Amino acid sequence: MSALRRLAPMILGVIVLAAWEGGVRLLAIPAFVLPPPSAVVAALLADPDTLGLSLWFTLTVTLQAFALAVAGGVALAILFTRSPLLASALYPYAVILQVTPVMAIAPLLLVWVGYERVDLAQLILAWIVAFFPILGNTTLGLRSADAGLRDLFRLYGASKWQVLWRLELPSALPYLLAGMKISGGLALIGAVVAEFVAGSGTGSGLAWRIVDASNRLNTPRMFAALALLSLLGIALFAVLSLVQRLALRRWHDSEAGHP
Amino acid sequence: MGQGPAPSLETPFLELRGISKRYPNGTLALTDISMTVGEGEFLAIVGASGCGKSTILRHVAGLVTPSAGDIRWSRAPAAGGIGMVFQEPTLMPWARIQDNVRLPLDLAKVPRAAADARVTALLAQVGLADFAQAYPRELSGGMKMRASIARALVTRPRLLLMDEPFAALDEITRQKLNDDLLALWGEQRFTVLFVTHSVYEGVYLASRAIVMAPRPGRIHADIPLDLPYPRDEALRTDARYAAACRQVSLALADAMRSPSHPSGETAA
Repeated sequence: MSALRRLAPMILGVIVLAAWEGGVRLLAIPAFVLPPPSAVVAALLADPDTLGLSLWFTLTVTLQAFALAVAGGVALAILFTRSPLLASALYPYAVILQVTPVMAIAPLLLVWVGYERVDLAQLILAWIVAFFPILGNTTLGLRSADAGLRDLFRLYGASKWQVLWRLELPSALPYLLAGMKISGGLALIGAVVAEFVAGSGTGSGLAWRIVDASNRLNTPRMFAALALLSLLGIALFAVLSLVQRLALRRWHDSEAGHP
Repeated sequence: MGQGPAPSLETPFLELRGISKRYPNGTLALTDISMTVGEGEFLAIVGASGCGKSTILRHVAGLVTPSAGDIRWSRAPAAGGIGMVFQEPTLMPWARIQDNVRLPLDLAKVPRAAADARVTALLAQVGLADFAQAYPRELSGGMKMRASIARALVTRPRLLLMDEPFAALDEITRQKLNDDLLALWGEQRFTVLFVTHSVYEGVYLASRAIVMAPRPGRIHADIPLDLPYPRDEALRTDARYAAACRQVSLALADAMRSPSHPSGETAA
């Protein structure tokens, strides 16, 4: 039963792909409208170097933005819990950044950093969207440390550093890891959106490959780039889920109950 | 492990003088709490929920500042001089049992080797030697509480504050832990303030019972429990134990009937 449940997504995927392939062939749908999966694979294999480089570029920007979001989000969350005044002053602006659609910010940012620096715009935009889940979750986690344990640390005269390092950060870890899973996907979205908006041919990531293929009505190549983007997102999520599992499996209820 | 004789009050260890506590919302939690605790004494504070028992402990621990009154010590406790056990085990779920027990020593920057030796000895004393590497979630409720007690004792405190530590445990585990606690107390002679809502538990353990009245929390009766140490299962069927329980129960019932202070509910 357990093996069947694990295989279920793959079985469903194979069925859908087979139905897609069969349906496209049976109905003779033109490839520029909906290419069959075999055509997508062929497009992928036709130019693996270009698509591979684009994948690497998008991955690099995404990981850089993600790393900056984690470092900045955790650092600011610590500052927020240390200084309620700072939290009051900055939090509304963090929310403004979060609720403003990244698509709306992108053109402005491109003007500021220059169209020749799409990579920098990508990095900044990806950071903006990836930052807030880290900040919000870590702040919540730091504040969620057990009240009894806080009393215990006070009773033993723990320093602020000891409280942070030995109590608050471990308490915040499940929250931070949950935020990282959201943030990883958002970093990828931010990186893609910036390149879409730039649309000037100066980009070299997967998003630009999609725009470029769209302009040429090369739909199979669009799908190939899209598939790589999806795989990248899935890989990011899988890695972060693994990290979460390894970090929490011995002690946290969210992971400890899993086989 | 033996239990020594009950100490006398001739050596006052700490004195609460006219402690009152009013919270910012106006609730008067405690009023005019005055009592003396002898060195090495095992004192039970008995009362219904919400009568301020835990608040007294928090004052003694220095976690709460009194609105009025003060606490005097014969010798002010040094860092780690007070151990505390809460109603919940309050263990760090991400840390192994040995790391949880070592926490107070780590916070005091005790060298690791010395700390580990102390932790190993204490875990053996509370029957958790085989569970040093376990995580709290892998232990039963009683075992977690043993770990919590070990942590409270790891600094060799002069005063142990226990806030209904066994309230959530089954009766058999509770009685076993009562006996183990008495054995540790008999060996190490720390002073104990033990909060409980169980008259039977308080009488079994303590050499004196403070009975609290609610709203606002105040001392209703101070009853010496003239039962011999060491105490064991035989005491639970002893007529003197039954009589002491009856005395404390009657005082508790009387405390519950005593009129509430009007300012105990809201701001004056």
